[in-house]
Formats: sequence, C-alpha cells, structure tokens
Amino acid sequence: MSAGAALANVFGILAVLLTWAALLIWVERRLLALWQDRYGPNRVGPFGLLQVVADMIKILTKADWVPPFADRLVFILAPAVIVVTVLFSFAVIPVAPGIGIADLDIGLLFVLAMAALGAYSAMLAGWASNSKYALLGGLRTAAQTVSYEVFMGLSLMGVVMLAGSFDLREIVEAQRGMWFVLPQFIGFLTFLAAGVAESHRLPLDLPEGETELVAGYHTEYSGMKFGLFFVGEYLGIILVSALIATLFFGGWLGPVLPPVLWFLVKTSVFIALFVLLRAALPRPRYDRLMAFAWKAMLPLTLLNLVVTGAVVLARSG
Amino acid sequence: MQAEALQELGQRFSHAILARQPTADDIPTLWVRPTALVDMLQALKAEGYAMLYDLTVIDERERARRPAAAPESDFTAVYHLLSFERNDDIRLKVPLPGAAPVLPSVTSLWANANWYEREAWDMFGVDFEGHPGLRRILMPPTWEGHPLRKDHYARATEVEPYRLPEEKEAAEQEALRFDPAAWGMERQSADADFIFLNLGPNHPSTHGVFRIVLQLDGERIVDAVPDIGYHHRGAEKMGERQTWHTYIPYTDRIDYLGGVMNNLPYVMAVEKLAGIVVPERVRVIRIMLCELFRIASHLVFYGTFAQDLGALSPVFYMFTDRERVFDIVEAICGGRMHPSWFRIGGVAQDLPQGWDRLVRDFVAYLPPRLDEYQRLVLDNAIVKDRTRDIGAYGPAEAIEWGVTGPNLRATGYDWDFRKRRPYGGYDQFDFEIPLGSHGDCYDRCLVRAEELRQSLRIVRQCLENMPEGPYKADHPLTTPPRKEKTLQDIETLIAHFIGVSWGPAIPAGEAFVGVEATKGSNGYYLISDGGTQPYRVRIRTPSFPHLQMIPFLCRGLFIADLIAILGSIDFVMADVDR
Repeated sequence: MSAGAALANVFGILAVLLTWAALLIWVERRLLALWQDRYGPNRVGPFGLLQVVADMIKILTKADWVPPFADRLVFILAPAVIVVTVLFSFAVIPVAPGIGIADLDIGLLFVLAMAALGAYSAMLAGWASNSKYALLGGLRTAAQTVSYEVFMGLSLMGVVMLAGSFDLREIVEAQRGMWFVLPQFIGFLTFLAAGVAESHRLPLDLPEGETELVAGYHTEYSGMKFGLFFVGEYLGIILVSALIATLFFGGWLGPVLPPVLWFLVKTSVFIALFVLLRAALPRPRYDRLMAFAWKAMLPLTLLNLVVTGAVVLARSG
Repeated sequence: MQAEALQELGQRFSHAILARQPTADDIPTLWVRPTALVDMLQALKAEGYAMLYDLTVIDERERARRPAAAPESDFTAVYHLLSFERNDDIRLKVPLPGAAPVLPSVTSLWANANWYEREAWDMFGVDFEGHPGLRRILMPPTWEGHPLRKDHYARATEVEPYRLPEEKEAAEQEALRFDPAAWGMERQSADADFIFLNLGPNHPSTHGVFRIVLQLDGERIVDAVPDIGYHHRGAEKMGERQTWHTYIPYTDRIDYLGGVMNNLPYVMAVEKLAGIVVPERVRVIRIMLCELFRIASHLVFYGTFAQDLGALSPVFYMFTDRERVFDIVEAICGGRMHPSWFRIGGVAQDLPQGWDRLVRDFVAYLPPRLDEYQRLVLDNAIVKDRTRDIGAYGPAEAIEWGVTGPNLRATGYDWDFRKRRPYGGYDQFDFEIPLGSHGDCYDRCLVRAEELRQSLRIVRQCLENMPEGPYKADHPLTTPPRKEKTLQDIETLIAHFIGVSWGPAIPAGEAFVGVEATKGSNGYYLISDGGTQPYRVRIRTPSFPHLQMIPFLCRGLFIADLIAILGSIDFVMADVDR
C-alpha cells in the first residue's frame, strides 16, 4: 500500500466513522420512535436529518464546566479514553479488500486489548467525578467489565481455532465456504451478550442505568465531554456490530454487491439489532447480571471452546 | 355485632367515655379521656379494629356550632379505626384543652401512627409523648407555627412579602442536609463505611418530588429515611377558605392521576351533610367517569412501572392508550386530567350526544392491547426476575401499616370498598376483585393489570344501562341549582341566587366518605359549621401510609429493588403531601 493510499484509508475511515456515529443518534431515535408508536425527531431538515447538526451545535456551544469537587485532570481525560480506544480498534477492522488501516497478525487480540482499556474510561469518570451516583456507576462498570471481558475473549477463540489465525482478514477469508455463525453459534451468542455489556447498552446499561443511578458514571458530565461519552457509545456499537459481521457473518463476503457495501449492510443490521434490544427489554438486576456472566455464560463459552477444539483436532488428525 | 362490641367496651371503659356524638355518616363517634386513650385503642385493636385508618386533629377554637354532646375542647384529636372483620368503623375523639396540647403516642400500637402523629404535630402543634422522633413532616424544618391552626395565616398576602436572600437560602438548604445521627444511624459498621445517598427530591424514579435518604453498604440498603412534603400545597387549609362548591377543583389535584375520582368522596361527603340524594343517572355517570379514570391511572402505573425496570417502550404504548381515555373525558367534561366535573348534587352537565360511540369504541379497543401488554411486561422473564419476592408483605403487615387498595389486594386479602361497602351504586354492577397472593412487586402489578379489565367491564355496563333522567338532584343545596323553575317561583330564585353567589350553606355536622380510589382508599372527613365554607377538611389519602412503609420494605435489598418497589407502590406525591 502506498503512503497516499494509506493516508486516504486512515482519514477516509475516520471521517466515515465519525459521521456514522453522529448519524446513529438520529437513526436510533427514529428507529426507537418507529417501534414506540411515535415520530421521533422529524422537524429539522428532511426527515429530521439535520437534528444531528443542531445537536452538535448545541453540545459544542455549551459551557465547558468541570464540577469544583471533581479530580480535574482525570475528569477531563476520562471521556477521551473511550473514544480513542474504540477508534484504535477500528484500525484492524478489514472493511473490504484494500480498505482497512492495518493488517496485524494479532488483530483480534489488539481489539480485545483496546476494549479492556476502554473500560477505564467509565471507571475513571466515575471515580474522578467525586459524586455518589457516579461512583456507584463506576463500580458497576468495573464489576461488569471484568465479568464480561473474561468470556468475551474466550467466546472468540472458537473462531480463531477454525480460521487458524488472529488476523481478521484471514478470518474473513476462512469464511468463504461457510459463515462462522453456523459452527460457532454459541460463540456468536456469547459474544453478542458481551458486546452489549461492553458498550453499556440496554438491557446491560447498568453503569448508567437511568432509573436507578440517574446517569451513572457520567452524571456530572455536560457539554462536549458528555458528548464524547455519547459518541464513544455509538462508536462502540459500530465496533461491536462490525466485529460480529467480520467474525461470524463473513465480513465483506457476499455475491453481486461490492464488498464494501456488504460490510456496511451486515454491520447496519447488527446496529439495528442493538436499538431493537433497547426498545424491547427491561434491565436485569446488577447481581443477577454478574451471576449470569459467571454461572451461565462462562461455562457455556468454555464448553464451546472444548467442543470446537475437539472437532478441529479430530478433523486435522 | 357492632352494638354488642361497643356495649361491652362501653361498660369496660364507662369511666373514660365522656360522650357519644351523632354524626351524619353514622360512624360511632366516642369522646374519650386522654388518659384512657391508649388502653381503649388497644382494646379496640384486639376487638378487630385492626387498622389505624386515619389520625387527625381539629382546631375547635373558632367553631360556633359544636355538637351538643361534645365536651369542651380547644383541639380535638380524632382516631379513625377500621375493622375489616366487622366491616365497621369507629371514631374516637379526644378533647385537648389549652394551646400546647399533649397526648400519649400510639406508635407502639400501630406502625403507621408514626407519620400521622408527626403530621398532627407539624400541622397543629400537638405533642405526642413517647413518639420516637417527633419532627416536622410536611413543612420545612425551618417553618414557624403550625399551619392548620386557625390563627395561622392562609394566604401569602396576609403576611410580609416572602423574600429569600442568599443567607436564608443557604440556611434553608443546610436545614435539609441529612444528619444520620439525628435518625440514630451509624456512619460505619465494623467492616464498612456507609454511603448516605440522597435519592431525590429530583430523581428519575421517584415519581415526583420525593426524597429518600439511603444508608448503603455498597449497593445494599441498610436503612432508608423517606422525606416528604416537597409537594405540600396546603390543600386542607385551602378547604377552610373556599366555598363548598369552589373547593371541588382542588380535590382533582390531590391524586392528580385520578381526576374526577377525587371529586367523588368529597361531593358524596357534602351530599351526606346536606342530605342530598342524587338521581340514578348521576350515579351511573359518576361511576363510569371514575372507572375511566381508574383505567387512565392504572395505565400510567403500568407504563412507568415497566420503565422503572428499564423497559423503555411500554410507557409510550400506554400513554397513547391513556390519550384515548382523555379523548372521551374531554368530550364529556371539557377538561382532561383535572375536569372537576362532579357537583354537589350531580354532575356539571349531561352527557353529550355521541358519548356512547366513543365509549363503545374504547371498550372494544383496549382488551387486545392489554393482552399485548401482558406479554410485553408481565410475561417477560427479566421483569419476573426483578419483581418476584421483592418488597413482599402479608395481609397482617399491610393492615398494620394502613395499606389499602390494590397494594392490599396484592397480598391476597379480599377487600375492595366497592364490593364491601358499595357506595354510589356499585352494588348494581357485575365485576370481580382481582387478588394477588405474594404481596410482592409482581403481584401489585398483576392486580392492577387485571383491574383494568374489570374497570372496562364496569364501563361497558354503564354504557349499556345508562338510565334516563336528570343529571342533578332537585334539592336547594345542589350547586349550581337547576335553573328551570327559578323564573317561576321566588323561593327557587332566592335559593339559586344564594347558591351561586355565596355558595351553598351546608348544615352543621360531620361526615366522612371514603371510596376505593385508584391507589387505595381515599376519603374526605368534612366538618361544617353551618357556613358557606367547610370548617375543616381532612383528606385521608392512600399514598401517605403506603410511602411510610418503604423503609420496612427495602432494608437489605439493592438500589435496583428499591426502584422496583417505588414503581410498584403506585403513588403520586400530591396524594402524599396534599
């Protein structure tokens, strides 16, 4: 790849991602409205599309305020962490042949590492806010992330075994015959659950759980610092959706349509699934969520791993 | 039965009973000596009068026409007991002379006496000896005076203009700071420091301005202190300066989701004092409107309960359905949430043409929607997991805490005032009383979901059997009176003129009427001194005792469980604070 092409890739993907994340605000509100028998934002511009612009103007012109009781430096850093780590993760996502920023041999491990780092964002925010609701939110984040990250990585190892590589491009190529969602259905389900938990989305939005903790770890945030958490959340949804599409549904592979479009379509389907989950389900209780992770998801993941391993061994032997 | 028990008690306490007072509501009313009060209440409780239904005070100092039997008294404490076994009420009155009255506390007899005594202290300055923490409850801690005393001003214009300079604001806020020591709470245990978390008065799940201070060990609730009064608007005090007629709109705003359901006990109590019997059509119209409002209120409960559990969508569906109820209410009454549509002796207007089509469409529309909500909310595994066995209590505890309505029936206790004491014509209707069995959050929702169907049944019967006839009673105290005859005879013209200009003068007396309102038993205890305004209006609301129970329900549970409990109780703060 030439330097020019690489730069075009980097900035192209960045631009598309940020626009997409911003647009998702509108998409989610319209989809939720559709499912909830109401209109959603439909006044600003065609179909309310310019609502996003209006929201951005509002959020950017708000006072940049740090509560006097907060730990200033960490308070400001925390929202940046989530955006940066999620954007880093996108570096290894193969969008299509020739589109993508980096081809790491350990691409998948890199994504997992970034996800682990991203969790610090909410924890630090909760801690630095020096407020009780934020602290409880931060504590919940810590517990939830630890619990769900354990099997998040493990749930993907089946895919790695089948593909024989951590490189995301090779994983996609390995699905030419069959999407991994079929042999790795349990892996898909567990990863989906972990993905929802990692991006703090309803029904697993306990770190922010509005009806309980007001806004959880970002209770004290306003203006663009809050906006970064918001964008980070939407970027997280895109990332998890893109990962599901890449790891289980053959990434850019597909007939007739150009590869990029296939990738976008598959990713969008899972984004819509995220919104639908939010519209449909109530929030489980915090301790039940932990119990579910350790007592149901983890054993299930391990079982999946053992069976997959045995099958791979038997086939190669 | 009733007479027997009273006779036996009368003999036992013959030295303590000062007088027996006749009242318009026929509730046995005994004047007793303060010294014998606790013993007598204890005996009554043992006799089956298990619930301290209400406890209030009357400032008698400006009352001109006291009942002949009543002993001298500056303040009178009133204990209203309810017996479910006997389906009977009894009222004890205690005369209290002097400006600083003192009574023994009955908190050791009834758990729910705590808040009632605090309210009596707050509003009237009656001291209760032996109360575990007698402090203000509805008024801010910095308030001076006792507002329901007759010598306390009722309007801001009667005193210096209110100002809130910065120092005063800071002092007021400081007075609200929670001090664990004042409530006998430890700041730490052997192995943990507790967090004291202010939930409210502004919090997404407190359904209004309600504050509850939580003592937390991690996310586990060690203890809780509810703090109410942020929604207090002096509704009872207002009653003393509005005419009987112009007070009706104030009642709408007590349980502000109940609309005309609030008018009903008030106008029925006034009618009892005035001796008005309303025509058949009025009764059916009133029941229909009340049941429509029960549906509207329960729909709000259903949706917000699901929302409190984190389900975002149901509340939108249910509010949309509630709009359909309001469409009917608007067509009939003109208003929506607060139509203030019942009148002393009738309703404001006759039903409009075409009302039956609206109602018919609605009773056909809602049942399939309710099936869908059942699948969406009550059948959901996460909802079940969040609410089963959470915040559970049994019938005995419910009665001890003064719980009525769906929250009582969720325990499996079969008690609905519409069935047990059919008022206003409910005995003419065919409907069932849904019961729960566990008394937990889930059953509280289940009972209400089923009540929606039963209310629809009642509305359908109203639709099919609406009697013809006048929409107002033919009685001089009906307000506003029927006008047809005013231009034909002078007596009717005079009665009409007075009723419309001054308002009706209701004969002196006392009457209590309670109804099965949306959230439990709501009742009005009215005292008339023969004037155009009530002498005293006491509003017994269901939410007040329900909220008092919260610490008892949430100890040892998680914050998330408290949210489920708050959602399941179905309260509105206006109904608590009045």
